[in-house]
Amino acid sequence: MKRKLLLVASLLMIMALIVSGCGGAKTTEGEKQAADAGKVIKIATSSPLSGAQAAVGESIKLGAQMALEEKKAEFEKLGFKLELAPQDDQADPKMGVSVAEKLIADPSILAVIGHYNSGVAIPSSEVYNTGNLAMVSPANTAPKVTDRRLPTVNRICVRDDVQGPAGAGYAKDKLGVKSVFVIHDKTAYGQGLADEFKKETEKLGLKVVGYEGITAGEVDFSAVLTKVGAFKPDMIYFGGMYPEAGIMVKQAREKGITAKYMGGDGLDSSEIVKIAGKNITGLIYTTAATDITKTAEGKAWAEQYKQKFGKNVESYSAYGYDAALVALNGIENLLKANGGKMPARQDVAAEIRKTADFKGIATTVTFDDKGDNKNAKVYFFEFKGETYPGELIGEK
Amino acid sequence: MDKFKSMLTKPWMSYLVALLAMGGAALTVSVVPRSLFAFLFFIGSVLLVYYLPLSTKAKLFFVLIGTLVLMPIIGSFNLYYMNVATQVGIYVALALGLNIVVGFAGLLDLGYVAFYATGAYIYAIFASDQAGNFIHFAKFPLAGEWFWVFLPLSLLAAGITGILLGLPALRLRGDYLAIVTLGFGEIIRIIFNNLDKPVNITNGPKGITPIQPPALFGFTLNKPIYYYFIVMGIVFFVIFVTRRLEHSRIGRAWAAIREDEVAARAMGIPLLRTKLMAFAIGASFAGMMGVVFAAKQTFIDPSSFTFMESIGVLAMVILGGMGSIPGAIVGATAVVMLQSQVLKSFSEFLAQLRDSGILNIPTQLEPAKFERLVFGLILVVMMIFRPQGLIPAKRREMELLEEKADRPAKGEES
Amino acid sequence: MEQFWSMLPQVVIDGLTLGFVYAVVALGYTMVYGILEFINFAHSEIFMFGAFVGAETLLFLQSAGVLNTMPALLALLVALIVGAVLSGFLGVAIERVAYRPLRNVGKLVPLISAIGVSFILQDVVRLVEGLWHNAFYVNYPTLFSQNLHLTKNVNVPVKTLIVIVTALGMMVALTAFVQKSRMGKALRAVAQDPTTASLMGVNVNGVISLTFFIGPALGGAAGVLFGMQYSLIHPYIGFILGLKAFTAAVFGGIGNIPGAMVGGVLLGLFETLGSAYLGMATGGVVGAEYKDVFAFVILIAVLIFKPSGLLGEVVRDKV
Repeated sequence: MKRKLLLVASLLMIMALIVSGCGGAKTTEGEKQAADAGKVIKIATSSPLSGAQAAVGESIKLGAQMALEEKKAEFEKLGFKLELAPQDDQADPKMGVSVAEKLIADPSILAVIGHYNSGVAIPSSEVYNTGNLAMVSPANTAPKVTDRRLPTVNRICVRDDVQGPAGAGYAKDKLGVKSVFVIHDKTAYGQGLADEFKKETEKLGLKVVGYEGITAGEVDFSAVLTKVGAFKPDMIYFGGMYPEAGIMVKQAREKGITAKYMGGDGLDSSEIVKIAGKNITGLIYTTAATDITKTAEGKAWAEQYKQKFGKNVESYSAYGYDAALVALNGIENLLKANGGKMPARQDVAAEIRKTADFKGIATTVTFDDKGDNKNAKVYFFEFKGETYPGELIGEK
Repeated sequence: MDKFKSMLTKPWMSYLVALLAMGGAALTVSVVPRSLFAFLFFIGSVLLVYYLPLSTKAKLFFVLIGTLVLMPIIGSFNLYYMNVATQVGIYVALALGLNIVVGFAGLLDLGYVAFYATGAYIYAIFASDQAGNFIHFAKFPLAGEWFWVFLPLSLLAAGITGILLGLPALRLRGDYLAIVTLGFGEIIRIIFNNLDKPVNITNGPKGITPIQPPALFGFTLNKPIYYYFIVMGIVFFVIFVTRRLEHSRIGRAWAAIREDEVAARAMGIPLLRTKLMAFAIGASFAGMMGVVFAAKQTFIDPSSFTFMESIGVLAMVILGGMGSIPGAIVGATAVVMLQSQVLKSFSEFLAQLRDSGILNIPTQLEPAKFERLVFGLILVVMMIFRPQGLIPAKRREMELLEEKADRPAKGEES
Repeated sequence: MEQFWSMLPQVVIDGLTLGFVYAVVALGYTMVYGILEFINFAHSEIFMFGAFVGAETLLFLQSAGVLNTMPALLALLVALIVGAVLSGFLGVAIERVAYRPLRNVGKLVPLISAIGVSFILQDVVRLVEGLWHNAFYVNYPTLFSQNLHLTKNVNVPVKTLIVIVTALGMMVALTAFVQKSRMGKALRAVAQDPTTASLMGVNVNGVISLTFFIGPALGGAAGVLFGMQYSLIHPYIGFILGLKAFTAAVFGGIGNIPGAMVGGVLLGLFETLGSAYLGMATGGVVGAEYKDVFAFVILIAVLIFKPSGLLGEVVRDKV
């Protein structure tokens, strides 16, 4: 008992010391801040930085970081220091909500760029909304994200109920497909997209010969592929992410299945080429971003990105970049209008919602009254060889 | 420091220390509301009360002051800590529930989160328009007042689930029980993930949202502070029940089963029924918390109820000290604070160092990615240096000492 | 119905392949359990580690330019040996650091420690691979790309056959070792009664270390086979597979070596059959997504009707 008491007491004392130390530092900092009239504006990103989806989550963060660094000088002129507050939502709704609660408690944070998973974005955005904190989503395609009509929630990417049907239409009209086998990964995103696709194919009179779920994170799809082999569809449609898609298409080809293979924007990652190797050829995916390396400025941007982070650009880095620019643009407009005062969050959210014809690197952003991007288009890509991105074969 | 303790000969001195620590901590938080250390200091000061030589009543008084008066005040300075405290409370109740199963009765349950999910889904289905898909004679979502009905209802439902699950599982020996509970935990999650067809009951992986917040006489309780008080109410209820159970007839029967099943049976303890009691009571606490969780999140989906969640709660119980009520509380607090606060602040601190150019960390070594690694390290180190847990149960502490003294280790003879 | 029969041979082959991988991994769980009555939760991460070591070995051979010139079987052998040996050493090291100090404090404490170890391994592998390749998904270099077309519908990749044969070989070798060799005898003695074994002059700690070498080495080798068969690995592959392999070990009777093999193969078969036919059998109401439920339900049923597992002996409580 004595030793325990000693332990706890000494721990407490150390803590108290640290607190007073930190407190001292903080107050002086605080005073300085007060003198400079709240000089820091923070933009947060919230995406999975650990776990199986860390690669894409990180590309969102890095994209936002690029935007921030570009705007830093302009904000400094207006008298504000711009900072990025990257958060890890671990692709877990609970963690996302916890992070969101933390973000709304920090008054210097004016906007959030995120999330990657719709399942995380939906509950987190409920929290943002209670704190009037604006969210610009670079990647959440589930209809429900904006269908709740929260004034703070915006997205620059395309909705699943546009993307899925577009894929179905393309399959029927351009590819001449008669029968499809629909596979999804039992996640909010994957199943949501696959369902939208399936609904439209049935409307268009295509035959859906199979509809199966797989488990995200697994790498053995032989069972479901055997079934695909037995039903001999013209095309496989996959609602899910690039790792599963890459392995699946590889295993399908190894099994001698020659059906066409199509998926959504979850497949839009350079990793899928590495995973599927030569079997990637012929894979078609729909996505919301055009090939940014086709334009001169896009190419320059991609090179700059590579130079800075040592990584090739992903579609989601461009989305992350655009989303951050949209948010920063809104804040900047407010700063200019009110003469350098720290804007209120409500105004920031309203200003971001007003964004119209804002040209980013991947898309042009005009928000409608729900917060969806009016200009979001669906682009069709096909891999012609082992290079990412694939070739642009159509848009809608 | 021994002097420090001997100084506390008079009770009023202990009172003074407790007051000073808690008051000081609360004051610090109010001065620097954004400092994590200040908040940890506050939590530490509540913990200190446990160690002070005070009567149980006095301790209870201080803890009540700390949690019901000071914490809400702190929450008014930094709302975020209100949420953190609510989260801590949820896990405290879960850890206490599992502590009954694992700590008291010695039954390894690796699927505990299944009951939590059951409670959460029961409320979520009826407090959203989800139930309208299969029940047509009533209008959904139910009003927020139903929350109070669903608390005892899901307590019952989870308890019954526990009995149904336990009936076959508890006939098995220890480690088989672990794997069967693990299996059940996964089965329940997968079923929730797939019950969107043929009839859409759980909405599958897309999850259920929005879920009605609780309400009282037409007044909606959807602010963090209300959730905090609801959670605290349940936590105190759970603590009260477990304390009463620990030394009751059934509590002693659990201990007997844990120590030696054969001897316990010889003493006339009905094994299955006693084990089922532990299972059902532990499960019912989780079910009740599930309702609060669903209401607070306004969104639930199966990914919140994975195997890792069960493991997390188990880690809280064992870190705190198996079979120890204060241990489970401290264990849950420590793990939640560590995962959602300390590790995050640490990685943010490292990120700041990097951004300001003091440290050169490649982007692949993003500090946020270390969080699980550090948690893993802490688990291993804690287990090696303090296997009995942070606040061990008295009985178990003595057992460990005995074992070390009496028996040479298995395998260390040669 | 037509599809049912045309699929069947392919489904059985897929199931066997998966089952043999489960079986080899399950051996690691069962051996450790047989001796220490402890669930080595980190075994799934050792499996993952082995898969990565194998991949790195092959990638090294590839970058050295010898992979295409050497016989594929030899390359596989090299990868298997390197993967197995390093995983074996890792297993021994984990036992020394994280489990041995905890041998007397009940079963739950080492379990938590093992969970900690598996967190550490996952993240360390991810960080290392991230620094190395800038990505933590690693592709296995293709070793055997040929296919055997048995009939019109049955198509067996050569690598699948190699996986099955290698796994069988490892299991035969292990059985021979445990049954015939002196060390194997010591191992069985310790599993039965460590105190008596030590009185008979068996180095119990040595046997435990040996167990923690063989089990993880098999797990690591299974990782290499797994990577070759399914061609992509990431630091999180161990978790689900480990869960299944552990289930397989319990299914067959935990602590029982032939039981783990039978349990693994059967579980693989059940799972694949379930995944292929559940949808057809129930008219699409219950589909492939229930395959894990199917596997667990079978496990639970077995345990309830034969609590010691398929091949496990009936254990009486010692009074």
